Amino acid sequence: MDKLLISPAPHLHSKDSTRRIMRDVIIALMPSVLVSVYFAGLSALLVLVVSVAGCVLTEHLIVRYLMKKKTTVSDLSAIVTGLLLALNLPVSSPWWMVLIGCVVAIGIAKMTFGGLGHNLFNPALVARVFLLISFPVQMTNWTISNSIFRPDRWELPKGLLGAQGQLMDASSGATPLGIIKEGLANGMTMETLSQQHDFSYWHMLFGHIDGSMGEASVLAILAGLLYLLFRKVIRPVIPLSIVITVALFSGILWMVDPSQYADPLFHLLTGGLLLGAVFMATDYTTSPMSPLGMIIFGIGIGLVTMVIRVWGAYPEGVSFAILFMNALVPLLNKIKPFPYQKEVSRG
Amino acid sequence: MSKTFSIGGIHPKDSKFSKDKPIEEFPVPKRVVISMNQHLGMPAVPVVKKGDTVKVGQLIAEPAGFVSAPVHASVSGTVADVAPYPDFLGKKVLSVVIDTAGDEWLETIDRTHEIKHEITATPQEIFKIISDSGIVGLGGAAFPTHVKLTPLEGMKAEYLILNGAECEPYLTSDYRLMTEHAQEILIGGEMMRRVLGDVAGIIGIEENKPKAIEIMKKLTSNYLQWEVVPLKKRYPQGGEKQLIDAVLGRKVPSFSLPISTGAVVQNVGTAYAVYEAVQKRKPLITNVLTISSSDPSIQKNYRFRVGTPIREFLSAAGAMDKEGNLSRAFAKVVNGGPMMGKPVSNLDGPVMKSTSGFVLFTSKETKRQEPGECIRCSKCFQACPMRLQPYLLYQLALAGRTEELDENRVFDCIECGCCLYSCPAHIPLLDQIRLAKNVSLKNKRKK
Amino acid sequence: MTSTLLYTILSLSLLGGLLAIVLYFIAQKFKVQEDPRIDQVLEVLPGANCGGCGYAGCRAFAESFVRNPENPDFVCPVGGNDVMQKAAAVLGREVQEQIPKLAVLRCNGSCDVRPVLNTYDGSPSCAVAADLYGGETGCSYGCLGLGDCVVACTFDAIHINPQTRLPEVIEDKCTSCGACVKACPRNILELRPKGPKSRRIYVACANKDKGAVTRKVCSVGCIGCQLCVKACPFEAITFADNLAYIDPAKCRLCRKCVAVCPTGCILEINFPPKKQVTNNE
Repeated sequence: MDKLLISPAPHLHSKDSTRRIMRDVIIALMPSVLVSVYFAGLSALLVLVVSVAGCVLTEHLIVRYLMKKKTTVSDLSAIVTGLLLALNLPVSSPWWMVLIGCVVAIGIAKMTFGGLGHNLFNPALVARVFLLISFPVQMTNWTISNSIFRPDRWELPKGLLGAQGQLMDASSGATPLGIIKEGLANGMTMETLSQQHDFSYWHMLFGHIDGSMGEASVLAILAGLLYLLFRKVIRPVIPLSIVITVALFSGILWMVDPSQYADPLFHLLTGGLLLGAVFMATDYTTSPMSPLGMIIFGIGIGLVTMVIRVWGAYPEGVSFAILFMNALVPLLNKIKPFPYQKEVSRG
Repeated sequence: MSKTFSIGGIHPKDSKFSKDKPIEEFPVPKRVVISMNQHLGMPAVPVVKKGDTVKVGQLIAEPAGFVSAPVHASVSGTVADVAPYPDFLGKKVLSVVIDTAGDEWLETIDRTHEIKHEITATPQEIFKIISDSGIVGLGGAAFPTHVKLTPLEGMKAEYLILNGAECEPYLTSDYRLMTEHAQEILIGGEMMRRVLGDVAGIIGIEENKPKAIEIMKKLTSNYLQWEVVPLKKRYPQGGEKQLIDAVLGRKVPSFSLPISTGAVVQNVGTAYAVYEAVQKRKPLITNVLTISSSDPSIQKNYRFRVGTPIREFLSAAGAMDKEGNLSRAFAKVVNGGPMMGKPVSNLDGPVMKSTSGFVLFTSKETKRQEPGECIRCSKCFQACPMRLQPYLLYQLALAGRTEELDENRVFDCIECGCCLYSCPAHIPLLDQIRLAKNVSLKNKRKK
Repeated sequence: MTSTLLYTILSLSLLGGLLAIVLYFIAQKFKVQEDPRIDQVLEVLPGANCGGCGYAGCRAFAESFVRNPENPDFVCPVGGNDVMQKAAAVLGREVQEQIPKLAVLRCNGSCDVRPVLNTYDGSPSCAVAADLYGGETGCSYGCLGLGDCVVACTFDAIHINPQTRLPEVIEDKCTSCGACVKACPRNILELRPKGPKSRRIYVACANKDKGAVTRKVCSVGCIGCQLCVKACPFEAITFADNLAYIDPAKCRLCRKCVAVCPTGCILEINFPPKKQVTNNE
């Protein structure tokens, strides 16, 4: 007989584990990954592989040889960061830039704070913003021309492609948000812009627009969201409060002057808003823990995103907004939950 | 629509494997060790000495104050020793040891199985019998029942809730009682209801026990003051505060007894004990326990005598090998349910009045995993039925910051274990919080 | 151009002057009167903030000390006599010499003499385990070996020996601050005088059970035979609750008790090995 095992209650566990949560997030990211590979071919795969491998390797090396501890890569969190970083980069990112991103994400944004659970900012977003500032040319080059086999050589079902039955010009090189930002600044109106550029919501849904790999297909992100909700990995509070805030904010502007401001649906479907809302803002470590904190966090992200998009210098603001609100999380975590006994109701 | 409590909670697999096994009478053991500390409050004071002969049901220890309970002999024979003996946790407790000789009961005890419906005793008499029979809460905490039935200054009971939730996985002793002795439970409940001054009676039963709900509903149709409330399956529904919230929608304030919401909660097992004490003159010397495990051959319900060594139940259920050790497959024996029960470290320790069962686990089922880093998923917060922030309390407890622990209401913790159960990083949250809570309560009492 | 410069310089000077006056008055109003000797005493103190003296850190100690230096209870366990002398010198007085102390473990139940009966699987904390049950061995008084004392020690002076699973105190590092004594839920750590040449004798057992019970669970436990009490020529050994205790103030280190103890639970530390008794006569 083995000796009796002794421990305080409870003696059962839900079988939930950090590893299982991370695995669920990876599964939820798969639709976006597949869509990006489908549209951009091997070059997307290259970015993904380099990013994941880079993140895992960086974490392993730092933990093993710098901190001299047992490696922590088996909790799969480095893979999640790697995938998120890749989905936040353009398909045409050179491999060395992706690697720098990995080192920044894991080495600076995650491990310097103490690793999993201790980082203040979302590692993938820190890396993205770092790259955006350091390599503005590469980071805003949305072409897929260096793809090894381009999807326009494949026989694609017509519905997925543009109205003309062909892919958007591989060298167009600007996201829808970038186009309207520049266009509006040059005195054009929304109507002329949309006539010139054919912003089809169908394209946005299926991922047929220019932009970073993961922000492209809204449907893939929604599929991931459904999976995460179904597995109870995340609660819908943060994504909902972000989306509602953005919709309200842009809706009011759009009603004031439809010729100068894009409509709410346009804002929701473009620029990685949903990617950020579903996968980045809901990161456990860098989001608040109480429901009220989550709502404030979501509203904050929505507001900052819209302010940057409409009045800021960058066409896109989700990354900055999330990082900005990340910094407020310790403060938001000070919010105490409503106590158990609000009032004793006597009948 | 079934009711449930409003905050937190978890849904562990209910694993009620032994629910269709009828209650078996467990043989009288050769020797019993009867602890003087089977209830909350002051330990009882022995009134017998070494060499005395006692009969079943005879008083062997008197209560040491109001919040205390008497203890009675569960077997007949000679008192072998009155000394500290290790309990199931290896802690030494003053106990009376009796060597069994025959099975001679006190003449006053009615040993027939005939149900005595008519309640002839007055509420005052019932109260007296309850406190003289050593009846304690059989839901787990073993709080002396007569204390709970004594109204506090300025508070009036409006409801008596019989707790048939049995939300702990594996345990089925309450369920078996409700299906086999529903009538007796109801009579016992009716008597307590009268003691409290004709309050409304409610029986709360979780939905995973449809047969018990059905039987109770049928019986209560004869009693106007009684109502059966089906509850959704959810842990910790059987917690006193959660049950009051589920049934009445009222929340018990910190540091207050449930009576402040006008409700008194009693376990169905307690109601059965009250019936036996008043109608049959039998003090609390037997109770029902469940022996359960994932092994289908070790799933039983027994009626036991208080003081029987735990080892005997395990060998009778077939969980012991020839050398008298636990069978190889099992690594842990839990006294009570798996969520709140305590581990057994001394298999020779005796069972108590309020023992509700033993659950056997293999190492694989129960061994704790290596704790990881907190990823701030807030699952513990979502699971906590008292709306505490377990992750925060854990950190504060480790740092020993007592004032901040109080500010964050560590004293409200009911030790249900939901936080540790749901933590994906396997952090031993409750271990530290429980300690901190005890310190906090001790400080409060000093003031 | 010149006038702009002039105006700027003038207005800035004016503003600076005004603010200086305001600041002066504020500083006067909120000035904290502090005895300069507090800082001087603080400088002498080791600055470990261990709380061993019973005050919340070195500063609190210094404040109380300066206010009431007559009280003989002021002892800095970390700094010892040297520091206390220096601190007293700041106030121009002297303090009595304190006997240097050390934490000792009143349990010698290593794995080979005290069989382990079950496997603890909860939080690795003595406090949690002690709150829950009697412990991994049959002895409900002895060391749990989970290292709450190690965590409590801020001087890295106490470590669990993996072989014996008992904590060992490193003599040179122990400052007798008492943090481990407070942390131990079983109260088996005790501050005892270091003794001359670091030699000391103590009963390494805290078991209050009767002899037969103790013997069953641990072969080096005090079984309450009282042989040591009778052997002691100085009445230094007291006996209560089935347990012998050596009063360090009375003990003259004659080692007679060590010789008579049948279980060997009385330990002698740092004595030279005994000479072989030869039967030459």
